[in-house]
Amino acid sequence: MSTKIETPTDSHGSSEIQEPQKDSSMLMQKEMINSNYDALTNTANNGKKVCSTFVPGNLNELIQSFGLLNNLPETNAIQNAMRQQSGGMIQTAERQGHSEDVCTYVKADIGMMSKGNIAPNGKPMPNPDLLLLSYTGCFTFMKWFELLRQEYKCETVMLQVPYQGDGEITQNMRDFVVKQLKEEVIPALERVSGNAFDIDKLRENMRRSAQAEDDLVWVLESAKNKPTPIDAYFGAIYYLGPIFTAFRGTQQAVDYYRVLRQEIEQRVKNGQGPITPGGEMTKERYRLVMEGPPNWTNFREFWKMFYEEGAVVVASTYTKVGGVYDQGFRHDADNPLESLADYCLGCYTNRNLPKRVDMLEKYVKDYEADGLLINSIKSCNSFSAGQLMMMQEIEKRTGAPGAFVETDLVDPRYFSAANVKNRLESYFQMIEQRRQGNMIASAR
Amino acid sequence: MKCFIGIDLGSTTTKSVVMDDTGTPLGHGITNSRSNYDTAALVAKTEALISARLVLLRQSLDKAPGLTLSTDDVLYMLERHFRLAQFLVQLDNLKRLCGEKAVQGNYKEDPATLTTALERTFSALKIELSKLFEPGAERKSDFFRDLAGTVYMEVAESQAAELKISSDTLINIYDKSIIEVENIPPQVDMSETFLVALDSALNAGEIQTEDFGKVQAALKEVLAVELEETYVVGTGYGRARLPFPKEHIRSEILCHGLGAHLMYPKTRTVLDIGGQDTKGIQVDESGIVVNFQMNDRCAAGCGRYLGYIADEMQLGLHELGPLAMKSTKKVSINSTCTVFAGAELRDRLSLGEKREDIIAGLHRAIILRSMSILSRSGGVEDELTFTGGVAKNEAAVKELRILVQENYGDLKINIDPDSIYTGALGAAEFARRAVEA
Amino acid sequence: MSTVEIIKRCEELYEDTYFTAAREWKAADPSRRVIGYMPVYVPREIMHAGGMMSLGILGGGDKLEVIHGDAYYQSYICRIPRSTIELGKTGRLDFVDGMLFPSICDVIRNLSGMWKLMFPDNYVRYFDVPQNYKDDIGGNYYIAELQELREGLEKLSGNKITDEAIRNSIKVYNLNRKLIRELYDLRAEMPQNVPSNDVYLLNRAGMVIPVEDHNSMLRKYMDAAKALDNPIRDNCRIIINGSFCEQPPLNLIRSIELAGCYIVDDDYMLVNRWLLGEVPTSGDPLVNLANAFLHESADSAAKYCDHHEDVGMYLLSTVKERQAEGVIFAAPSFCDPALLERPMLTDRMREHDIPHISFKYAENSGQMQPIREQAGTFADSIKLWS
Repeated sequence: MSTKIETPTDSHGSSEIQEPQKDSSMLMQKEMINSNYDALTNTANNGKKVCSTFVPGNLNELIQSFGLLNNLPETNAIQNAMRQQSGGMIQTAERQGHSEDVCTYVKADIGMMSKGNIAPNGKPMPNPDLLLLSYTGCFTFMKWFELLRQEYKCETVMLQVPYQGDGEITQNMRDFVVKQLKEEVIPALERVSGNAFDIDKLRENMRRSAQAEDDLVWVLESAKNKPTPIDAYFGAIYYLGPIFTAFRGTQQAVDYYRVLRQEIEQRVKNGQGPITPGGEMTKERYRLVMEGPPNWTNFREFWKMFYEEGAVVVASTYTKVGGVYDQGFRHDADNPLESLADYCLGCYTNRNLPKRVDMLEKYVKDYEADGLLINSIKSCNSFSAGQLMMMQEIEKRTGAPGAFVETDLVDPRYFSAANVKNRLESYFQMIEQRRQGNMIASAR
Repeated sequence: MKCFIGIDLGSTTTKSVVMDDTGTPLGHGITNSRSNYDTAALVAKTEALISARLVLLRQSLDKAPGLTLSTDDVLYMLERHFRLAQFLVQLDNLKRLCGEKAVQGNYKEDPATLTTALERTFSALKIELSKLFEPGAERKSDFFRDLAGTVYMEVAESQAAELKISSDTLINIYDKSIIEVENIPPQVDMSETFLVALDSALNAGEIQTEDFGKVQAALKEVLAVELEETYVVGTGYGRARLPFPKEHIRSEILCHGLGAHLMYPKTRTVLDIGGQDTKGIQVDESGIVVNFQMNDRCAAGCGRYLGYIADEMQLGLHELGPLAMKSTKKVSINSTCTVFAGAELRDRLSLGEKREDIIAGLHRAIILRSMSILSRSGGVEDELTFTGGVAKNEAAVKELRILVQENYGDLKINIDPDSIYTGALGAAEFARRAVEA
Repeated sequence: MSTVEIIKRCEELYEDTYFTAAREWKAADPSRRVIGYMPVYVPREIMHAGGMMSLGILGGGDKLEVIHGDAYYQSYICRIPRSTIELGKTGRLDFVDGMLFPSICDVIRNLSGMWKLMFPDNYVRYFDVPQNYKDDIGGNYYIAELQELREGLEKLSGNKITDEAIRNSIKVYNLNRKLIRELYDLRAEMPQNVPSNDVYLLNRAGMVIPVEDHNSMLRKYMDAAKALDNPIRDNCRIIINGSFCEQPPLNLIRSIELAGCYIVDDDYMLVNRWLLGEVPTSGDPLVNLANAFLHESADSAAKYCDHHEDVGMYLLSTVKERQAEGVIFAAPSFCDPALLERPMLTDRMREHDIPHISFKYAENSGQMQPIREQAGTFADSIKLWS
């Protein structure tokens, strides 16, 4: 699960299709992501220390307050998948004894190490100085970092984020996370960086986070318009790149989301639909809510199956794995550690199933969606276990039909285009037919 | 007259249904799906049109007074001669292509010897195949490939022995040629063939001159009716490869739901177990699909599973059901994974379990899996219509009845012997609605 | 009573997917409550102290036909949640008042939420345990979790769960753990008299009967087993690892032993042996339970290991202590914890020249031939090496 985004094509990648969007926000986003890779692969010269951590529950404001660079293994796996490198890496890891049953992010990461740990910019990635295991909403994270620690033998610190078993954050959970931040995480960051903890820097970063979060939420909610000016899954994945990764809390992120918001405001004003790799969508036929992460190996091919049919995603849960901002949470500079705790505790996959169902139900209703589509990911039990029940619940509560497709994150062996397309077509046609049926019924 | 045609391009067979403008199905046709989907679709459609002509002829003969023969007898006779004529055309094609391959194929045998072998083979083939169309003869398949293939193998074997050449060469020639034969598009106008068939019946003394005249008149009248292809809709797994514009394509789920509704208007749930997938479909009172589920990426427990088991046990697919019905003891088989089922099967046999009990367990395993897919799609509501190849298997049907009863109570379960045409029927109705609605 | 009679009773309990024994226990007194729990560990003392029986739910075994449970899961998810849902959906758990889902993996975690949606009248708790082993961090968090559990159960049963009652229950479970340890020691000492089939079934019985009955059953079995005089076979001594959640079919355990391996330790039903020492019976009982959990508990892949040097050391020490000659890594298909951990454990075994093999199973695996072959070949190779 977890994850983050990235510009799928760059000078090193196979740019098989034209850029999905050439707006200035797109260029900014690309530049930001590339600049982080450049900083990461230049530690020999810039003297910076590297902290590896996961997207959900990542403590970027805190990491940056110590002057550390942030490296996210899920992001690397996605990058490798989009340039068709992940398949070989996964197989390398499986040859080393990793089971074919487990998460392919982990195996792509391990395979990448075996292949020299080359960053997407073609330069070798430095070894991390600190593994910051933000154990948030995904069991696999825990073992993933144990496996990485075995390789890097570097300092590792764990931040356990209790699961919202009853669908709420209790004071005990919050206290536990804050205590770990104070007594485990911050001391480790101090040790590795050589810098003392500066709460004012942290507050400053968090203030900027909240600013960017406001604009991001505005953008995501613009999908309530008809037609929606954005695709809140395939398209939004680009928008989330900066805030899910090394840029939350930076001025760059604040600027990026301001520009993005202005662009989308303009689209709303013009009554424009979303931009897709096939150009601007002119006719919105199906509005969908999407649950589950995307497939990265065939990202464009998958997207095409939607926009060619006039299907657009108006809300998605995957865009909430790195923080659920549209339900009200903002980083709060006045209560920095408690707020970081609440951020981690509130990530999408840390919410229990009933809460996830509630959220999807709200999306279907608020965004006036025609149905719920689940992209069920083999790798990711955190997301996937229980999705069939979630679908049934949504159908029951909203009357909107659900559909289910199965793919994987970064394992190309698990993407069957014919199979996926067959299901999507059947689903879209079913929506269309039901719509006509309803029209006939109401005419009577 | 206006005709609405549905074509269902499946993974193993391609089906077609022709419907008139009142929604009455006129005829249906089937062929094996082959490498060339266009041809498969064309063959199925042609077959459906042929069967529509026969339906029209039946209607006409029923009204025509004074025939000595019954309508049934006439149609049976005519169809036999018609099929034979069709087969002989294909046989000629096959002979021609085999001849060409023998000369051009760079085989180690002398081309002249090969030509001799082929000539003898084909004259024997013609006699043998003709026998299959005599009154009362039974054919194991309706596909040219199956019938010609079986006889060819036998004859070629003996010819090769006689001429001291390798039978592999002859088989190789056949294999290369049959694919081409299948991909030769059929003649679309079958009028000539119908008339030739009737003449041939007369020559064989199967019809008296007086009847012949009346039938010929009726036939000519029916053949004069133009079967206009008003609208065609394609469906099935291979639909994307049909040479149709997009608005002429419907998903098989929708077609299946509508087809089942047309066959049994009280249908609310459809279970289809095909070769490569299993579908659970819920439809409303007008046949509109409200929900569906298919087997997930893993194709465990589909029709192919039974095929695999049959191979593993060296049985014919059609022998599995009857064998399972003999079971007296419940053996539970846990693996519906096609790959592991073989291992489990051998394990059970080595433990001394009886074949019929194991096979019955396998049928139950498949139906259990289907029950999960049905449950996923929203359960089973009265009436349940069961379609697909596996619906022909009595042991599977028996397990389905038991499990439906246990889990959903006493429901009506519909099984139509022609359920293979369900998807094509739905497609034809979509075609009709596209124009008439 | 002979071992055969005792094991026959255990087998009945094992095969009974309607949990008749627990039903009867509950029916005897209307104030009684039954709380189901899943692997790996829950503090059963707290249920016991509230007059409740804890019922170990380990899936449906290889006899249960799963129809509804399958409808909720994709093919790449393990089997135990499916059969557990089947147990629930078919009314087999209709007498159970609450369910605890320990934090073992994301599948069981999500099942807790599904249970809430499916059985809204049940008391359902996701039991999150600390992965931080410091008293004032993970310890304080855990004590508060235990307190929340206690309060939830008090509300459910209407009974106050006093410290005194928990202390008494700790005594009862201390005895149970002591007997189980003895049983494992006895098997390691005389595996010819104490087959793994028996040890397994005795453990299973402890999931579904009152702990007091289990204690007396264990005592009787061991007394009878010690008196046996079975010939020792030329088997090798192995340890099973990775089977801590979804259970293998009993046939698989038998097959391994028949193939020439004495199982001298395993990780089946760790709840019976999770706390390794005697839990103190004076002082604050929740603190005592927390201390035992943090500092003296068994290992499984569901736990975070905070130092790389310690990874696999628990298994290695068991190998030494039990004088085992090899390890069989037997994990359920699609088991995230066991399969993610396995490469680290095999590395550790390799480092210490401990022979090992790996395979996967499902609770309804039907084909034993490959298992027999692998285990047999493994046993032979060990004998050849030594």
